[in-house]
Amino acid sequence: MTSSSANRDLPVPTAGVRIEQVDLSYGDNHVLKSIDLDIHPGEFFAFLGPSGCGKTTLLRLIAGFNRADRGRVLVGNEDISDLPPWKRDIGMVFQSYALWPHMTVARNVAFGLEEKRVPRAEIGPRVAAALQMVGLTGLDQRRPGQLSGGQQQRVALARTIAVEPKLLLLDEPLSNLDAKLRVQVRRELRDLQQRLGLTTIFVTHDQEEANTVCDRIAVMNHGVIQQVGTPKDLYERPANLFVANFLGTANILEGRLAGDGASLFFEASGGLRLPVRPDQKVDAHARAVFRPQDAAIVDTAGTPAGTAPVTARVMGMVSWREFLGASVRYGVRAGTSDIVVDRPFHAGDTLYGVGTAVTVAIATQSVRWLSD
Amino acid sequence: MSIALSTGRAARGLSATPGQIALALLVAAFLGVFLIWPSATVIFVAFTEKGGGPFTLVNFVDFFRTDLFLRSFWNSLYVSAMAVAGASILALPLAYITSRFEFRGTILIQTLGFLPLIMPPFVGAVAMQLFFGRNGSVNLLLDDWLGFKIPFMDGLNGVIFVQSIHYFPFILINLSAALRNIDSSMEEAAQNLGASGFRLFRRIVFPLAMPGYIAGASLVFVKVFDDLATPLLLNVKDMLAPQAYLRVTSIGIADPMGYVISVVLIVASVAAMALSALATRGIDYSTVQRGGGGLARRTLRPLESFAAYLTVTLILLLVLAPHLGLLLLSFSTVWSYSPLPDGFTVAHYLRVFGESSVYIKNTLIYASLAGLIDVVVGTAIAYLVLRTKLVGRNALDWIASAALAIPGIVLGIGYLRAFYGLQWWDGTPLASLWIVIVLALAIRRLPYALRACHAALQQISVSLEEAAENLGATKLRTVRRIVMPLMMGGILAGFVTSFATAAVELSATLMLVQSNSDAPLAYGLYVLMQSAAGRGPGAALGVIAVVLVAACTILSHFVVERSRAGSQARH
Repeated sequence: MTSSSANRDLPVPTAGVRIEQVDLSYGDNHVLKSIDLDIHPGEFFAFLGPSGCGKTTLLRLIAGFNRADRGRVLVGNEDISDLPPWKRDIGMVFQSYALWPHMTVARNVAFGLEEKRVPRAEIGPRVAAALQMVGLTGLDQRRPGQLSGGQQQRVALARTIAVEPKLLLLDEPLSNLDAKLRVQVRRELRDLQQRLGLTTIFVTHDQEEANTVCDRIAVMNHGVIQQVGTPKDLYERPANLFVANFLGTANILEGRLAGDGASLFFEASGGLRLPVRPDQKVDAHARAVFRPQDAAIVDTAGTPAGTAPVTARVMGMVSWREFLGASVRYGVRAGTSDIVVDRPFHAGDTLYGVGTAVTVAIATQSVRWLSD
Repeated sequence: MSIALSTGRAARGLSATPGQIALALLVAAFLGVFLIWPSATVIFVAFTEKGGGPFTLVNFVDFFRTDLFLRSFWNSLYVSAMAVAGASILALPLAYITSRFEFRGTILIQTLGFLPLIMPPFVGAVAMQLFFGRNGSVNLLLDDWLGFKIPFMDGLNGVIFVQSIHYFPFILINLSAALRNIDSSMEEAAQNLGASGFRLFRRIVFPLAMPGYIAGASLVFVKVFDDLATPLLLNVKDMLAPQAYLRVTSIGIADPMGYVISVVLIVASVAAMALSALATRGIDYSTVQRGGGGLARRTLRPLESFAAYLTVTLILLLVLAPHLGLLLLSFSTVWSYSPLPDGFTVAHYLRVFGESSVYIKNTLIYASLAGLIDVVVGTAIAYLVLRTKLVGRNALDWIASAALAIPGIVLGIGYLRAFYGLQWWDGTPLASLWIVIVLALAIRRLPYALRACHAALQQISVSLEEAAENLGATKLRTVRRIVMPLMMGGILAGFVTSFATAAVELSATLMLVQSNSDAPLAYGLYVLMQSAAGRGPGAALGVIAVVLVAACTILSHFVVERSRAGSQARH
């Protein structure tokens, strides 16, 4: 998704971002550790991770509110590491929106234009255009306190894009909205970003938000970037156990390698044997990782419900059940491991009861081996 | 005010119990007799001829035709406005430096900044005369070295100077709180959009702190406008409050002018408060979000740091001058026409403990009783407002808070007029009983205690009480076993606030003290300070008062902190 393909309403000079070897500590607390990152022009990029992982710190570093101990930040090809926030030309939407309560909506939106010494005659039309873009035409004389949460969020967005920044930073912009509005606003955000073709960085702890709106995601934990990739990449090929666990649900089974050079397999508790293909590299501490939908419950004697070509089977007992609507999630106890299995649900299906003896079939080509 | 059941709610069982209704009626009776009636009496007398007969404006016509009163009126306005300006000059740098920069002395400033409040302003006036008067230390030195004097303390200047130093903490407190309540993202958003430096301050920070400043400034204006003892002690008589006092004490209680001036004082108080409310209407600028924490503080560069410390030191020296002067005076043999006292002695303290201990005893009794009444009434009103659906409960809250708008001198005059006619069975007028002083103090301090109790109760989630009721506790037992223990910190803080401020109050009591044996400390101070010979012992008594009130303020600080820590643990 590059800017060249985007349909633009405003001539925004968008830029890529390069972060090189950035380190940041608060006293003994090492918040960012050797961050290296390349964000393409026009890309919608996410920093995803649990609270305290350093994602907001990194965003504020790009905006200029934090200073790196080491490393540099380039926007376009310009090193901005030493510029103060007000000279960076980077727009930021704050988690709290940070709308100034003593100014009307129009004054809020006009602020950045006034600070940039835009000619007075141009300010009015540009404020109107920005408000129109977020669908708030007609509310310009209201005070922020008179607006709903969703409207405040749009004002914050309009205020930021009105100055036509090189880069847009969004700090958990959806966290103060209720669940229904969040889904709607994230679509609108995506839509607006596509129209502007503006490089955008989105900070969130919600994998669903990141997956639905972003082109690429950097998953962070403990101040380290764990993996960078498209949502599909990250889900399909997680680089480590943290990523596997953080994006969606994963079965992570412990076991040991057995067999000879010709046929190597991974033996887990309960008698589950997963074959290891010769081209796969598995080290001694590896664990088997697969998604609940890559396993199926089959009748003890019958054929697999899913038509996975090669399956490994294990006997177990249903220990818990969650009805999710489109599917039913079962926990199957096999030896000491609990295997989570998703089974599609269609009207009329009967459910397995807790305590039922079942066989679980695992599609072996979906199993990945991760050691950390 | 009408206290009645809302029938619709009664049917649904949400309404008050008979006990709650009785409580509301008791509170209403208390406020009616000791606040509304005396105040209404003052207003009534001002609008009638000699306190009887039909409505007339003739007294007001007289007021505005008398040169002395007109001059007093303008003087009071001028002094109050200038005191606001002076207090702002002292408070602005302190608030700005401590809230915007990493500054080592922040806690010191916050503590020392409050010191002026725990001493009656007129006590400081005497000490300020010694330092800054025509023949005070500063002018003697100036004259020696440079050959001129500065009239810091001459006439109205003296009142402005003393009041600015005394009341600036009101602006400091409110402005600092307003600055603390600005979320750092407000500032960062502006920086992100290209603003910095002074423009950022002018366009974002200052407007956001404005409501706090206005609240503090209007309080200073009202306090200075109403203050009686400071001008009197500095021998400034042509201001409104002193004129009211002099009319009533010299011409008599029947003279209408005292009442007319009282009405003017009330109108000025109400107008100042209404203006400040109007100016800040609908703009709650406290923007701190969860996880936010006020403005980011910047580290000072060496030169800035030097300038900041110099400014702060000079201001604190000035602010502490009354206290230092008082301390020196209390230990000095003779101190006049010299920069420092001639010699030192502890004789004044011995004399005070011998002769004047009755003042201290009276003050402890009066202020404790007033504080007690305040927290009982304050808790009752807070409970009625927050936990019942009684019709008229908000009126009680409103009336109790309206006591803020009644100047002390007006309340004093009202009590004299309203209760003097009433006599005990043995013929002593009600107004001459010492308990009347206690009641006047209690009414004066009720708004502060009420706020403390209200805040304490508001912090307690209703579900805690519902849980008790669900487990079988009646309303009364729930209050006793759940509400009271949880509110205790707030109630104690309210008590100590009432106690500490009642202990140094003079403007209401000056009217009501009938004999020396019934007089509180502030009255004793006032009497002693009027004669040159009494100044030493007066200063000693003043130091004792400051120590007493300081101890209470520190205690209140600890109590509030502890209860705050406790309430955080609860949530």
